[in-house]
Amino acid sequence: MRTLLAALLFVPAVALAEATYPLDRAPIEPRDLVSLQAGARTFVNYCLNCHGAQYMRYNRLGDLGLTEAQIRDNLMFAADKVGETMRVAMSARDGKAWFGVPPPDLSVIARSRGADWLYTYLRAFYRDEKTASGWNNRVFANVAMPHVLWKLQAEQGVAQYDRTVRDLVNFLVYLGEPAARSRKSIGIVVLFVLGVLFVFAYAMKKAFWKDVR
Amino acid sequence: MASRLMALWEWFDARMPSVAEEWRKHAAEYYAPKNFNFWYYFGVLSMLVLVIQIVSGIFLTMHYKPDAGLAFGSVEYIMRDVSGGWILRYIHSTGASAFFVVVYLHMFRALLYGSHREPRELIWIFGVLIYLTLMAEAFLGYLLPWGQMSYWGAQVIVNLFAVVPYIGPDLALWIRGDYVVSDATLNRFFALHVIAIPLVLLGLVVAHILALHDVGSNNPDGVEIKKRKDAHGRPVDGIPFHPYYTVKDTVGAVVFLAIFCVVMFFMPEMGGYFLEHNNFIPADPLKTPEHIAPLWYFTPYYSILRAVPPLFNSQFPGVLAMGIAVLILFLLPWLDRSPVKSIRYRGAYYKVALALFVVAFVILGYLGIEKTTVWGQFAVTEGSLMDRMLDTKDRATWVARVCTVLYFAFFILMPWYTARDKVKPVPDRVTM
Repeated sequence: MRTLLAALLFVPAVALAEATYPLDRAPIEPRDLVSLQAGARTFVNYCLNCHGAQYMRYNRLGDLGLTEAQIRDNLMFAADKVGETMRVAMSARDGKAWFGVPPPDLSVIARSRGADWLYTYLRAFYRDEKTASGWNNRVFANVAMPHVLWKLQAEQGVAQYDRTVRDLVNFLVYLGEPAARSRKSIGIVVLFVLGVLFVFAYAMKKAFWKDVR
Repeated sequence: MASRLMALWEWFDARMPSVAEEWRKHAAEYYAPKNFNFWYYFGVLSMLVLVIQIVSGIFLTMHYKPDAGLAFGSVEYIMRDVSGGWILRYIHSTGASAFFVVVYLHMFRALLYGSHREPRELIWIFGVLIYLTLMAEAFLGYLLPWGQMSYWGAQVIVNLFAVVPYIGPDLALWIRGDYVVSDATLNRFFALHVIAIPLVLLGLVVAHILALHDVGSNNPDGVEIKKRKDAHGRPVDGIPFHPYYTVKDTVGAVVFLAIFCVVMFFMPEMGGYFLEHNNFIPADPLKTPEHIAPLWYFTPYYSILRAVPPLFNSQFPGVLAMGIAVLILFLLPWLDRSPVKSIRYRGAYYKVALALFVVAFVILGYLGIEKTTVWGQFAVTEGSLMDRMLDTKDRATWVARVCTVLYFAFFILMPWYTARDKVKPVPDRVTM
């Protein structure tokens, strides 16, 4: 009984955090088009070979300030038409055979994992001879994915590699919700309209309620 | 032009006078107490959200595919390729949570001012039925995006029915239409979500309002305004609903919509409480998520379910407690024995009881979102008497148990503490 009482009194003080690898805050900037374009390039060159983004159409990348010709020439390696979605040539069955699990679709990966997780995860690979790929990850232990960006990490050095990952995560966040960019600007307009409406509605209420006492 | 319109109206009115009659009965000559306060916005706001949900829902069904292979993708199609689709989807997902926010506040208003008391018991009963129907509607709709949380949440909740003695397994099978949640389940949940339950909901809302307009609205003083009428037979403390409350509720609706839009446009996921992160992973029947929690509006009851220990290896007691926790609301008008309605004139007992109830409900809600290990475990010596007595050492489970007891005590002890409460004299007329 005493333990129970003590527990009730001190519960908030002893709240335990789960023991997980601490995540770095992803320094992403959703309005930085240069960063988004760089991230898109890394994405199609490194991720899109195994992972698809089957709900995203190539021509939607126009959001990032690219023309259809630029998209076709620089970012489209696995599709014929610019209106197609970012599918991957590898089948899920092959993926399962080669990696143990089919590589997940990345369309909304940033929405399920979060930017910070992705940013930390992509920078947390280390050599591990015990795994099939020779790589392991501090955020996602025994992950099936090998360190696809290892060459970049080796060539670029810490600061530049962090920037590359930042750009890629920036792009993945955009990919998760392409409408997010217009969402906020539309929201401001809607709130402004509601603000104006409020002034009139409130004045009308005041006028009608003058005689109620 | 004006006279032409007038002539048209007269033509119409001569053939269908009931329209004008209903308008008078329910708006222009429906006398509502003049002292409604902040808490009286939420009835109208609930109806506003109902309309928002129906309209946005109609447009969503034009693009959504109730097929286990296509559902998840069709939601992303709505989010990306349908013009304004993301607005529709966020309106609907924000609206689902907003519905429960306004309904919970609306119900709390009744507890504050005794709106469930005689002669308004039927209004309350229709209201609780609306609440139950709304829970069903939310549960059914949550399966439709076909994400991991949709899938496993539905799996868990349908399995609750399976623990009912004797008929349980067959009942769960009948609900799912399959041995696991599957395409068949998705298809029937879609049918129930878009037509069956909304029809019931609309019918109940009509009954709720008709019953209200027959006896008249309560008010923050809990005074019956119909007891004092002027020479024309109108309550002296009443004002016509239209235009007084239509203009006042318009202000409330605009403020509500502004808050709604802040969520919808700037934080549609609401930190994972309105749209869960794990629900952006497509449903995978072979991979159970580590942590399954229902959306926030169900979590107080989910906590109660988890707090009740199993009996003879059956989870039925927990399911029963959860069911009773909701159904006990029906009895509220008869459990309350206070001679006054409003909290303004009630004594300390009811005020304390209500405060404890709210605290318990909120803590239960919080704990239902988290794992039972969220507050750690008691340090108990292995093999000690305490160790053998405690079925679980999770602190959160024990807090949930205390809160569950408080939740039920609020209702079960109500006849006792409301009858003994020291009440203040109620004024003859409403106060402004």
